[in-house]
Amino acid sequence: MTQQEALFQYTLRLGDTSLIHAQRLSEWCSNGPILEEDLALTNFALDFIGRSQVLLTYAGALEGKGRTDDMLAYRRNERQYFNCLLAELPNGDFGVTMVRLLFLAAFEKELFTALQNSEDETLAALAKKTLKEVRYHLEHAADWVIRLGNGTEESHARVQKAVNELWMFTGDMFDMDETDKLLIAADIAVDLSTIKTKWDNYISGVLEAANLQQPTSSYMQSGSKNAIHTEYLGHLLGEMQYLQLAYPYAKW
Amino acid sequence: MSKDTQFDSWEVFMQSRPGANFIHQGSVHASDKKMAIQNARDTYSRRGEGTSIWVVPSNAIAASTTEDADMLFDPANDKIFRLPTFYTMPEGAKHI
Repeated sequence: MTQQEALFQYTLRLGDTSLIHAQRLSEWCSNGPILEEDLALTNFALDFIGRSQVLLTYAGALEGKGRTDDMLAYRRNERQYFNCLLAELPNGDFGVTMVRLLFLAAFEKELFTALQNSEDETLAALAKKTLKEVRYHLEHAADWVIRLGNGTEESHARVQKAVNELWMFTGDMFDMDETDKLLIAADIAVDLSTIKTKWDNYISGVLEAANLQQPTSSYMQSGSKNAIHTEYLGHLLGEMQYLQLAYPYAKW
Repeated sequence: MSKDTQFDSWEVFMQSRPGANFIHQGSVHASDKKMAIQNARDTYSRRGEGTSIWVVPSNAIAASTTEDADMLFDPANDKIFRLPTFYTMPEGAKHI
């Protein structure tokens, strides 16, 4: 693997996670618990789409085969997608969506903080710009998890269930392979083992403030670095890509 | 009567640039101050307008009634000497 190929792969992973999380959050459109939250969730989806546009465009340029951001988004199947597993999991109830956002945004905050110092100027600039929105997503999610955890008996039970169910998918975010190693050596990628402790500490703090138990099971589902996904991604792509598959090259 | 399941109502004021007046934007529902600011941001500042947000519990605002409008505002309308345009400009005063 050349450095260029690794960077393509790395950028694709970041872009895919953003895009798939955006698609999930956009499913809340018109279904939010209150109008204000509906706007917040779809706002976040737009932030993620914007980020994925930049990343997938850059990935296409790195690959050098003339693929645009749209081609990468709409003409790959699930075994060609490299988003982390957490991003593709179904929205569930509002508690599940907030816990998923908390886990992902806490990861992204550490990732993009470190990525600001990347030797790759495009990724460093994107990281700097992205951090502002990530800070907001994280605060919003953490506030809600704390609020739900300390709310009613039902909200507490539901958000605890969400934490328990999503926990085994958090390890996948921190998995690294040859791509990461090659780019870490070139000071381009972030060594995810260095941000794991920060993520752990932060999440422990939020769960404690929310009066929630941190799961003790250590089994972690992995696979996204090899494009092995849960059964949910195929269905998500089926909906997201429907129009381009039914009417190739359709524009509006 | 059915129970109101909405959060409390908050009035939102936003400042478009440093030093400018805070202008009323509308209202949002929220259970606390912080949520009110976040909801105000997401509802009224989606395209980056604004430098600062105020939120005020709607029930903290003292409001006059429409019935009092006559009493409060009408007396000013028929006294044209209350308006600066009533007075003729003195000759030679250029910078008023």
